[in-house]
Amino acid sequence: MDELKIADKTFASRLLVGTGKFASPQIMQQAIAASGAEIVTVALRRVDLKSKVDPTLQAIDRDKYLLLPNTSGARDAEEAVRVAKLARALSGIQWIKLEVTPDPRYLLPDPVETLKAAECLIKDGFVVLPYINADPVLAKRLEEAGTATVMPLGAPIGTNKGIKTKENIQIIIEQANVPVVVDAGLGAPSHAAEAMEMGADAVLVNTALAVAGDPVRMAEGFKLGVTAGRMAYLAGMGASHDTAQASSPLTGFLDK
Amino acid sequence: MKIIVNGEEKNVQSGTTVQTFLDMLDIEGRTVVVERNGEIHAHSDFRTLELCVDDQLEIVRFLGGG
Repeated sequence: MDELKIADKTFASRLLVGTGKFASPQIMQQAIAASGAEIVTVALRRVDLKSKVDPTLQAIDRDKYLLLPNTSGARDAEEAVRVAKLARALSGIQWIKLEVTPDPRYLLPDPVETLKAAECLIKDGFVVLPYINADPVLAKRLEEAGTATVMPLGAPIGTNKGIKTKENIQIIIEQANVPVVVDAGLGAPSHAAEAMEMGADAVLVNTALAVAGDPVRMAEGFKLGVTAGRMAYLAGMGASHDTAQASSPLTGFLDK
Repeated sequence: MKIIVNGEEKNVQSGTTVQTFLDMLDIEGRTVVVERNGEIHAHSDFRTLELCVDDQLEIVRFLGGG
Protein backbone atom coordinates (compact mmCIF):
# COMPACT_ATOMS: atom_id res chain seq x y z
CA MET A 1 0.00 0.00 0.00
CA ASP A 2 1.38 3.38 -1.06
CA GLU A 3 0.60 5.57 1.92
CA LEU A 4 1.48 9.13 2.80
CA LYS A 5 2.99 9.35 6.26
CA ILE A 6 3.09 12.70 8.05
CA ALA A 7 4.39 12.69 11.63
CA ASP A 8 2.67 9.67 13.24
CA LYS A 9 -0.32 9.49 10.89
CA THR A 10 -0.80 7.70 7.59
CA PHE A 11 -3.12 8.67 4.75
CA ALA A 12 -4.30 6.90 1.61
CA SER A 13 -4.88 10.19 -0.21
CA ARG A 14 -2.07 12.47 -1.34
CA LEU A 15 -4.40 15.41 -1.98
CA LEU A 16 -5.01 17.95 0.78
CA VAL A 17 -7.78 20.48 0.25
CA GLY A 18 -8.63 23.89 1.64
CA THR A 19 -12.10 25.02 2.60
CA GLY A 20 -12.02 28.71 1.61
CA LYS A 21 -14.06 30.57 -0.98
CA PHE A 22 -16.63 27.85 -1.77
CA ALA A 23 -20.05 29.16 -2.80
CA SER A 24 -21.81 27.18 -0.07
CA PRO A 25 -21.01 24.68 2.71
CA GLN A 26 -22.87 22.02 0.71
CA ILE A 27 -20.70 22.46 -2.38
CA MET A 28 -17.59 22.48 -0.18
CA GLN A 29 -18.67 19.26 1.50
CA GLN A 30 -19.36 17.54 -1.83
CA ALA A 31 -16.09 18.78 -3.32
CA ILE A 32 -14.10 17.48 -0.35
CA ALA A 33 -15.82 14.11 -0.66
CA ALA A 34 -15.12 13.96 -4.40
CA SER A 35 -11.45 14.89 -3.87
CA GLY A 36 -10.88 11.88 -1.64
CA ALA A 37 -8.85 14.13 0.66
CA GLU A 38 -8.36 13.11 4.28
CA ILE A 39 -6.75 16.36 5.45
CA VAL A 40 -8.67 19.63 5.14
CA THR A 41 -7.36 23.04 6.11
CA VAL A 42 -9.31 25.73 7.95
CA ALA A 43 -8.59 29.29 9.06
CA LEU A 44 -9.20 31.01 12.39
CA ARG A 45 -11.06 34.32 12.41
CA ARG A 46 -12.92 36.67 14.74
CA VAL A 47 -16.59 35.89 15.20
CA ASP A 48 -18.74 38.48 13.46
CA LEU A 49 -20.85 39.81 16.34
CA LYS A 50 -23.35 41.47 13.99
CA SER A 51 -24.11 38.43 11.88
CA LYS A 52 -26.35 35.67 13.17
CA VAL A 53 -25.31 33.46 10.29
CA ASP A 54 -23.17 30.67 11.64
CA PRO A 55 -20.38 30.09 9.13
CA THR A 56 -18.73 27.40 11.19
CA LEU A 57 -17.53 24.31 9.50
CA GLN A 58 -20.22 22.00 10.81
CA ALA A 59 -20.33 20.46 7.34
CA ILE A 60 -16.97 18.78 7.91
CA ASP A 61 -17.17 15.38 9.55
CA ARG A 62 -14.37 15.44 12.09
CA ASP A 63 -14.30 11.64 12.33
CA LYS A 64 -13.63 11.36 8.63
CA TYR A 65 -11.23 14.24 8.05
CA LEU A 66 -8.23 15.56 9.89
CA LEU A 67 -8.78 19.27 10.42
CA LEU A 68 -5.57 21.18 9.75
CA PRO A 69 -5.85 24.76 11.06
CA ASN A 70 -3.67 27.35 9.37
CA THR A 71 -2.17 30.56 10.71
CA SER A 72 -3.27 32.62 7.70
CA GLY A 73 -3.41 36.31 8.42
CA ALA A 74 -0.32 36.16 10.64
CA ARG A 75 2.28 38.73 9.59
CA ASP A 76 5.09 37.70 11.91
CA ALA A 77 6.18 34.81 14.11
CA GLU A 78 4.49 36.18 17.21
CA GLU A 79 1.10 36.41 15.50
CA ALA A 80 1.48 32.95 13.99
CA VAL A 81 2.24 31.41 17.38
CA ARG A 82 -0.77 33.18 18.89
CA VAL A 83 -3.10 31.89 16.15
CA ALA A 84 -1.67 28.37 16.46
CA LYS A 85 -2.32 28.30 20.20
CA LEU A 86 -5.88 29.56 19.75
CA ALA A 87 -6.49 26.92 17.08
CA ARG A 88 -5.17 24.21 19.36
CA ALA A 89 -7.37 25.36 22.24
CA LEU A 90 -10.39 25.31 19.93
CA SER A 91 -9.79 22.02 18.16
CA GLY A 92 -7.62 20.00 20.48
CA ILE A 93 -5.44 19.37 17.41
CA GLN A 94 -1.67 19.73 17.68
CA TRP A 95 -1.22 20.02 13.93
CA ILE A 96 -0.74 23.46 12.43
CA LYS A 97 -0.18 24.68 8.90
CA LEU A 98 2.23 27.52 9.52
CA GLU A 99 1.74 30.53 7.23
CA VAL A 100 3.42 33.87 7.80
CA THR A 101 2.60 36.32 5.03
CA PRO A 102 3.39 39.98 5.74
CA ASP A 103 2.49 41.27 2.28
CA PRO A 104 -1.12 40.84 1.04
CA ARG A 105 -0.35 41.55 -2.63
CA TYR A 106 1.60 38.35 -3.27
CA LEU A 107 1.07 36.60 0.09
CA LEU A 108 4.59 35.27 -0.08
CA PRO A 109 5.77 33.61 3.13
CA ASP A 110 8.39 35.35 5.29
CA PRO A 111 11.21 32.82 5.65
CA VAL A 112 12.83 34.33 8.75
CA GLU A 113 9.60 34.65 10.71
CA THR A 114 8.41 31.21 9.53
CA LEU A 115 11.56 29.53 10.85
CA LYS A 116 11.33 31.46 14.10
CA ALA A 117 7.67 30.48 14.59
CA ALA A 118 8.36 26.84 13.65
CA GLU A 119 11.08 26.54 16.29
CA CYS A 120 8.81 28.02 18.93
CA LEU A 121 5.80 25.84 18.02
CA ILE A 122 7.82 22.63 17.84
CA LYS A 123 9.18 23.32 21.33
CA ASP A 124 5.57 23.66 22.44
CA GLY A 125 4.58 20.25 21.07
CA PHE A 126 3.01 21.27 17.75
CA VAL A 127 3.23 19.21 14.57
CA VAL A 128 4.28 21.95 12.15
CA LEU A 129 3.59 21.97 8.40
CA PRO A 130 5.20 25.18 7.12
CA TYR A 131 4.17 27.01 3.94
CA ILE A 132 7.35 28.28 2.31
CA ASN A 133 8.75 29.72 -0.84
CA ALA A 134 10.53 27.07 -2.87
CA ASP A 135 13.86 27.63 -1.13
CA PRO A 136 15.85 24.42 -0.68
CA VAL A 137 18.06 25.89 2.05
CA LEU A 138 15.08 27.07 4.07
CA ALA A 139 13.38 23.69 3.58
CA LYS A 140 16.46 22.02 5.02
CA ARG A 141 16.60 24.42 7.96
CA LEU A 142 12.95 23.76 8.78
CA GLU A 143 13.40 20.01 8.52
CA GLU A 144 16.36 20.24 10.89
CA ALA A 145 14.23 22.29 13.28
CA GLY A 146 11.78 19.39 13.33
CA THR A 147 8.89 20.30 11.03
CA ALA A 148 6.67 17.41 9.91
CA THR A 149 6.68 18.47 6.27
CA VAL A 150 7.78 21.28 4.05
CA MET A 151 5.18 22.93 1.81
CA PRO A 152 6.79 24.88 -1.02
CA LEU A 153 4.61 27.04 -3.24
CA GLY A 154 4.17 26.45 -6.96
CA ALA A 155 3.03 30.05 -7.45
CA PRO A 156 1.44 32.69 -5.20
CA ILE A 157 -1.76 31.67 -3.39
CA GLY A 158 -4.87 31.63 -5.52
CA THR A 159 -3.13 32.43 -8.81
CA ASN A 160 -3.82 29.09 -10.57
CA LYS A 161 -0.55 29.51 -12.48
CA GLY A 162 0.89 26.07 -11.87
CA ILE A 163 4.44 25.17 -10.87
CA LYS A 164 6.57 28.24 -11.58
CA THR A 165 9.22 27.15 -9.09
CA LYS A 166 9.95 23.77 -10.63
CA GLU A 167 13.74 23.70 -10.49
CA ASN A 168 13.83 24.61 -6.81
CA ILE A 169 11.03 22.24 -5.85
CA GLN A 170 12.98 19.48 -7.57
CA ILE A 171 15.98 20.25 -5.36
CA ILE A 172 13.78 20.34 -2.25
CA ILE A 173 12.34 16.91 -3.15
CA GLU A 174 15.81 15.51 -3.77
CA GLN A 175 17.10 16.68 -0.40
CA ALA A 176 14.09 16.25 1.87
CA ASN A 177 13.70 13.60 4.55
CA VAL A 178 10.19 14.79 5.39
CA PRO A 179 7.18 14.80 3.06
CA VAL A 180 7.16 17.59 0.47
CA VAL A 181 3.67 19.00 -0.09
CA VAL A 182 3.39 21.37 -3.04
CA ASP A 183 1.00 24.07 -1.89
CA ALA A 184 -0.46 27.14 -3.58
CA GLY A 185 -0.80 28.19 -7.18
CA LEU A 186 -1.92 24.85 -8.62
CA GLY A 187 -4.79 25.63 -10.97
CA ALA A 188 -5.39 22.43 -12.94
CA PRO A 189 -5.19 18.68 -12.40
CA SER A 190 -2.24 18.64 -14.81
CA HIS A 191 -0.34 20.91 -12.39
CA ALA A 192 -1.03 18.48 -9.57
CA ALA A 193 0.04 15.57 -11.76
CA GLU A 194 3.25 17.42 -12.64
CA ALA A 195 4.09 17.91 -8.96
CA MET A 196 3.48 14.24 -8.24
CA GLU A 197 5.50 13.09 -11.28
CA MET A 198 8.39 15.16 -9.92
CA GLY A 199 8.23 13.13 -6.73
CA ALA A 200 6.29 15.42 -4.43
CA ASP A 201 4.65 13.45 -1.63
CA ALA A 202 1.37 15.36 -1.81
CA VAL A 203 -0.28 18.55 -3.03
CA LEU A 204 -2.65 21.03 -1.41
CA VAL A 205 -5.38 22.75 -3.42
CA ASN A 206 -8.10 25.22 -2.52
CA THR A 207 -8.80 28.04 -4.98
CA ALA A 208 -8.71 25.85 -8.09
CA LEU A 209 -11.60 23.82 -6.69
CA ALA A 210 -13.56 26.63 -5.07
CA VAL A 211 -13.66 28.92 -8.11
CA ALA A 212 -14.22 26.21 -10.73
CA GLY A 213 -17.48 26.19 -12.67
CA ASP A 214 -18.22 22.83 -11.09
CA PRO A 215 -16.10 22.44 -7.93
CA VAL A 216 -17.20 18.86 -7.33
CA ARG A 217 -16.11 17.69 -10.76
CA MET A 218 -12.88 19.67 -10.50
CA ALA A 219 -12.19 17.99 -7.16
CA GLU A 220 -12.52 14.62 -8.81
CA GLY A 221 -10.25 15.82 -11.61
CA PHE A 222 -7.57 16.77 -9.09
CA LYS A 223 -7.94 13.43 -7.36
CA LEU A 224 -7.27 11.67 -10.68
CA GLY A 225 -4.42 14.05 -11.52
CA VAL A 226 -2.69 13.32 -8.23
CA THR A 227 -3.18 9.59 -8.68
CA ALA A 228 -1.91 9.67 -12.27
CA GLY A 229 1.17 11.68 -11.34
CA ARG A 230 1.95 9.44 -8.40
CA MET A 231 1.64 6.30 -10.55
CA ALA A 232 4.01 7.77 -13.13
CA TYR A 233 6.52 8.63 -10.43
CA LEU A 234 6.37 5.15 -8.92
CA ALA A 235 6.56 3.56 -12.37
CA GLY A 236 9.71 5.51 -13.20
CA MET A 237 9.48 7.76 -16.23
CA GLY A 238 11.64 7.32 -19.32
CA ALA A 239 14.39 9.80 -20.08
CA SER A 240 13.72 12.65 -22.51
CA HIS A 241 15.85 13.07 -25.64
CA ASP A 242 16.50 15.81 -28.18
CA THR A 243 16.24 13.48 -31.18
CA ALA A 244 13.74 10.80 -32.13
CA GLN A 245 14.05 7.39 -30.57
CA ALA A 246 12.09 5.08 -32.85
CA SER A 247 9.38 3.11 -31.16
CA SER A 248 9.00 0.74 -34.11
CA PRO A 249 12.00 -1.42 -35.06
CA LEU A 250 14.02 0.28 -37.81
CA THR A 251 15.30 -2.96 -39.26
CA GLY A 252 13.08 -5.35 -41.19
CA PHE A 253 12.49 -5.39 -44.91
CA LEU A 254 12.01 -1.83 -46.34
CA ASP A 255 15.67 -0.97 -45.81
CA LYS A 256 16.88 -4.07 -47.63
CA MET B 1 -19.55 47.65 33.00
CA LYS B 2 -17.62 48.20 29.79
CA ILE B 3 -15.64 45.49 28.01
CA ILE B 4 -14.07 45.33 24.57
CA VAL B 5 -15.11 42.37 22.39
CA ASN B 6 -13.48 41.81 19.02
CA GLY B 7 -12.63 45.50 18.96
CA GLU B 8 -16.18 46.66 19.81
CA GLU B 9 -17.26 48.19 23.08
CA LYS B 10 -19.96 46.20 24.92
CA ASN B 11 -21.76 46.66 28.22
CA VAL B 12 -22.38 43.69 30.53
CA GLN B 13 -23.51 43.20 34.13
CA SER B 14 -20.65 42.56 36.52
CA GLY B 15 -20.39 38.89 37.38
CA THR B 16 -21.34 37.83 33.84
CA THR B 17 -19.51 34.66 32.82
CA VAL B 18 -18.12 34.11 29.35
CA GLN B 19 -20.75 31.40 28.81
CA THR B 20 -23.61 33.76 29.72
CA PHE B 21 -22.16 36.42 27.46
CA LEU B 22 -21.90 33.99 24.53
CA ASP B 23 -25.49 32.88 25.17
CA MET B 24 -26.57 36.53 24.94
CA LEU B 25 -24.86 36.79 21.56
CA ASP B 26 -26.38 33.49 20.41
CA ILE B 27 -22.94 31.95 19.92
CA GLU B 28 -22.51 28.26 20.59
CA GLY B 29 -19.65 27.87 23.07
CA ARG B 30 -18.23 24.71 21.53
CA THR B 31 -17.56 26.48 18.24
CA VAL B 32 -15.36 29.25 19.61
CA VAL B 33 -12.26 29.91 21.65
CA VAL B 34 -11.80 33.03 23.74
CA GLU B 35 -8.71 35.07 24.42
CA ARG B 36 -9.10 37.35 27.44
CA ASN B 37 -6.41 39.95 28.01
CA GLY B 38 -4.01 37.82 26.02
CA GLU B 39 -4.78 34.58 27.84
CA ILE B 40 -6.42 31.71 25.95
CA HIS B 41 -9.52 30.01 27.35
CA ALA B 42 -11.08 26.91 25.85
CA HIS B 43 -14.73 25.92 26.09
CA SER B 44 -14.25 24.14 29.43
CA ASP B 45 -13.42 27.46 31.16
CA PHE B 46 -16.44 29.41 29.91
CA ARG B 47 -18.88 28.62 32.74
CA THR B 48 -16.53 29.67 35.51
CA LEU B 49 -14.74 32.56 33.85
CA GLU B 50 -16.24 35.87 35.03
CA LEU B 51 -15.78 39.02 33.00
CA CYS B 52 -14.18 42.06 34.62
CA VAL B 53 -14.36 45.72 33.76
CA ASP B 54 -12.19 46.75 30.78
CA ASP B 55 -11.58 43.13 29.77
CA GLN B 56 -10.31 42.72 26.24
CA LEU B 57 -11.97 39.71 24.64
CA GLU B 58 -11.24 38.08 21.32
CA ILE B 59 -13.81 35.48 20.27
CA VAL B 60 -12.63 33.43 17.31
CA ARG B 61 -13.79 30.41 15.36
CA PHE B 62 -12.82 28.29 12.37
CA LEU B 63 -13.78 29.51 8.93
CA GLY B 64 -13.04 28.23 5.47
CA GLY B 65 -9.40 28.70 4.49
CA GLY B 66 -6.58 27.14 2.52
